[in-house]
Amino acid sequence: MKKPGKMLSEMFKNVAKAPATTSYPFTKAEMPKDFRGQIVFTSENCIGCNICVRDCPAAAICITKQGEEKIFGAYFDLDVCIYCAQCVLSCPKKALSVSPNFELAQLTRSGFRVVFPAKPKPPKVDGDKPAEGQVAPTTSA
Amino acid sequence: MDLNNVVKIPIGPQHPCLKEPACFTVSLNGERLAGLDLRLGYNHRGIEKAAESRTYIQNIYLIERVCGICSHSHPSCYIQCVEQIAGLEVPARGRYLRSLIGELERVHSHLLWLGVAAYEIGFETLLMYSWRDREVVMDILAMLTGNRVNYAANVIGGANRDITEDHKKDILKAVDVLEERTKYYIEVATEEATLIARLSNVGYISLDDVKLMGTAGPTARASGLDYDVRRDDPYAAYKDIPFKVITDTHCDVYGRALVRVGELMESYKMIRHIIQNIPDGPIAVKAPRKIPAGEAISRYEAPRGEDVHYVRSNGTDKPERVRVRAPTMVNLLSVPKMLEGDNLADVPITIAAIDPCFSCTDRAIRVSDLDGGNAKVMTWNETRRFGIDWYRKNGIDFTDLNKRLAGRMR
Repeated sequence: MKKPGKMLSEMFKNVAKAPATTSYPFTKAEMPKDFRGQIVFTSENCIGCNICVRDCPAAAICITKQGEEKIFGAYFDLDVCIYCAQCVLSCPKKALSVSPNFELAQLTRSGFRVVFPAKPKPPKVDGDKPAEGQVAPTTSA
Repeated sequence: MDLNNVVKIPIGPQHPCLKEPACFTVSLNGERLAGLDLRLGYNHRGIEKAAESRTYIQNIYLIERVCGICSHSHPSCYIQCVEQIAGLEVPARGRYLRSLIGELERVHSHLLWLGVAAYEIGFETLLMYSWRDREVVMDILAMLTGNRVNYAANVIGGANRDITEDHKKDILKAVDVLEERTKYYIEVATEEATLIARLSNVGYISLDDVKLMGTAGPTARASGLDYDVRRDDPYAAYKDIPFKVITDTHCDVYGRALVRVGELMESYKMIRHIIQNIPDGPIAVKAPRKIPAGEAISRYEAPRGEDVHYVRSNGTDKPERVRVRAPTMVNLLSVPKMLEGDNLADVPITIAAIDPCFSCTDRAIRVSDLDGGNAKVMTWNETRRFGIDWYRKNGIDFTDLNKRLAGRMR
């Protein structure tokens, strides 16, 4: 049965409703728990295997070695990062994790380089195993 | 036809009715179309060549960016090829997860199409409501995979992320909301007089022509072709999931709209079936970094139609050749046929009705001299130089602008 104005009732229903959009910068946007935002590096867990550097599709990661000891820092170029989180998947020691931080706009290009300085490893408990407690991903919004 | 009265109008490369650049040169005799010439190549990004210099893992993310809407279809199709060469058997849970994301993607793609099609015919109310409802499925995709688009839900050998009981509850809740909304859209599509009048008998293509041109996906099914890769050559978990292939006999844009809203309802049923019957177990098997030499071809029913990928490996960690054939490539060929004898005003909606994606389609380019017909290969720097010189010759110089922009960037 054909009749015009099929959507009129829907329109009238929505007149009284609140808008479907949010006023974003004023109300905080919440990302899901496992959102692929900025990558966070935990220096204590890194063994410098460079698998993340090899797997990164955008060549956004650089792992830096500090001095003679096996302590590693890292820097990320967030302007070329595509936020695929393949590095997190590839890392065998869970030194990389995703954070829900997505507000990454910068005014200068140099601001996109995020440096994680090398930190000395905590005293070893047994063998070569890194302490599991370091793994918890940062959940700062 | 009086050839003296034929007027040629270019639609594109930049045109309000196209979302991406493509050039349709329309020959008009009065208001009626006398011919249509199609020119592609404005969106060529060299993805196939780039894939040859990246590893199999890096290529998942490159192939994913072939298309923003089918960003699960393309990597799935590519990964199926790689798994076939490497002889990997994806665990049952991984296959179900792939189908789940695939169906959620179809839901978001069809709702997006419904909005775009409504916009092209000036029915902007429907655009606003269908895109508002699309947010429900986008939120679910962001929750499951961590991204709204470019989900990266696959790894070679299985799925990337598992779903939990909480996810299942949220998905079922969202599907209930979407199903109710889609039922309303079906009502709108079958009862709204203006919509039916605008879409009926526009862009007509018969079943014979569909078969002749190799048209794929909902465009072909709207002309009565009972064919769906999910049923006829099942991949992922589609062998275990019962569903109906939606066909229609209207053969016009109205039929294509009905097929797509019908497919939405089937997708909801499939998502519910997957959630209720997903087996336990591992989601992926470990894949080697180096893939043995071999070649494979795989097919995938993307929301827009049949997607075909070909991969040839040579025993290293990088593929020797990757070929991507997006559904739009075959569907575009039928557009001139659909538009035969139609009005100029029907061009935007007929092009939109095949759900075109020109970025998907632009794969290979051949630079040839128009005078001699000699093929010419240019390096990247030569191409850049050629472009700068060409614009200068035509009185456009970007040097100052580039300097100003560079100054601002520092």
